[in-house]
Amino acid sequence: MDGVVQLQKQLVDYIASLFHEGFLDEQFNQLQQLQDESNPDFVVEVVSLFFEDSERLLNELAKALEQETIDFRKVDAHVHQFKGSSSSIGAHRVQNVCITFRNYCEEQNVEGVEPWHRCLKCLQQVKHEYSLVRNKLETLFQLEKQIIAAGGSLPAT
Amino acid sequence: MSSTNTENWMKDIGVLDLTGVGGGSTSAAKKITALVVDDDSVNQTIHSKMLENLGIQNQVVRNGKEAVDLHSSGNNFDLILMDMDMPVMNGIEATRKLREMGVRSIIAGVSTCTRDEREQKEFMESGLDDFQEKPLTTPKLVSILHKLNKKC
Repeated sequence: MDGVVQLQKQLVDYIASLFHEGFLDEQFNQLQQLQDESNPDFVVEVVSLFFEDSERLLNELAKALEQETIDFRKVDAHVHQFKGSSSSIGAHRVQNVCITFRNYCEEQNVEGVEPWHRCLKCLQQVKHEYSLVRNKLETLFQLEKQIIAAGGSLPAT
Repeated sequence: MSSTNTENWMKDIGVLDLTGVGGGSTSAAKKITALVVDDDSVNQTIHSKMLENLGIQNQVVRNGKEAVDLHSSGNNFDLILMDMDMPVMNGIEATRKLREMGVRSIIAGVSTCTRDEREQKEFMESGLDDFQEKPLTTPKLVSILHKLNKKC
């Protein structure tokens, strides 16, 4: 039983650190509270949906920025969507870089740096934050699986 | 922590009919129905689950046109959660159309914080009863539901 207790503590600490470092926010708690016995995999399901959507959006964004003439409205629409879905699952840092992306891209008249170049940099930041939170969440889910496999139950949120 | 006790919140906003069968049982409660209108699958899943956990039967559609079509074919809902940015027909157009069709449901606009105040005003003026900023939370949803009670 000791092993389970240790794993449970590890999980609690890990989640706390994710909140502390701003990877996740209160919205993630909301998701956890929606999970119950009738839907024990709700959080994993929603987050998996988010991963799928995000990959697609990031591809679309990369494509949009490769065009001869960039359609900035399209770029903005994609980023807006990404901001929306990341805020829905509580991916706080991803949400923030999306906000920065839109602000930065909107500034049409920044001297010296081409808009597409700025957008490319922003895209890199978004990709970076996304892959960070994705890794963190996958680690989190792994920990939960280990606890359940060891016969333990998940700590209450 | 398990989800909000359905009976409690329902009693709280007065839609639980205590004079019904069994006095206080959920089966006596007015069955509230809702429609989620959102093009994002993550939001669809979350909003639907929130409604479900509050004991509210709900359907999900992907854009304003699907919402309008549903109503054209005779469906009706107590509550509509309307996203703003959607392909084919957005939330502003859809709300306007529904009101034109005589739909009197509570329509709550649910949208990502937009810096465009004009658009938000237009959204409200298209016929919304309420507006909540995304992300939606259970407390925000309950506050929308209080409006339902007032309208009844």
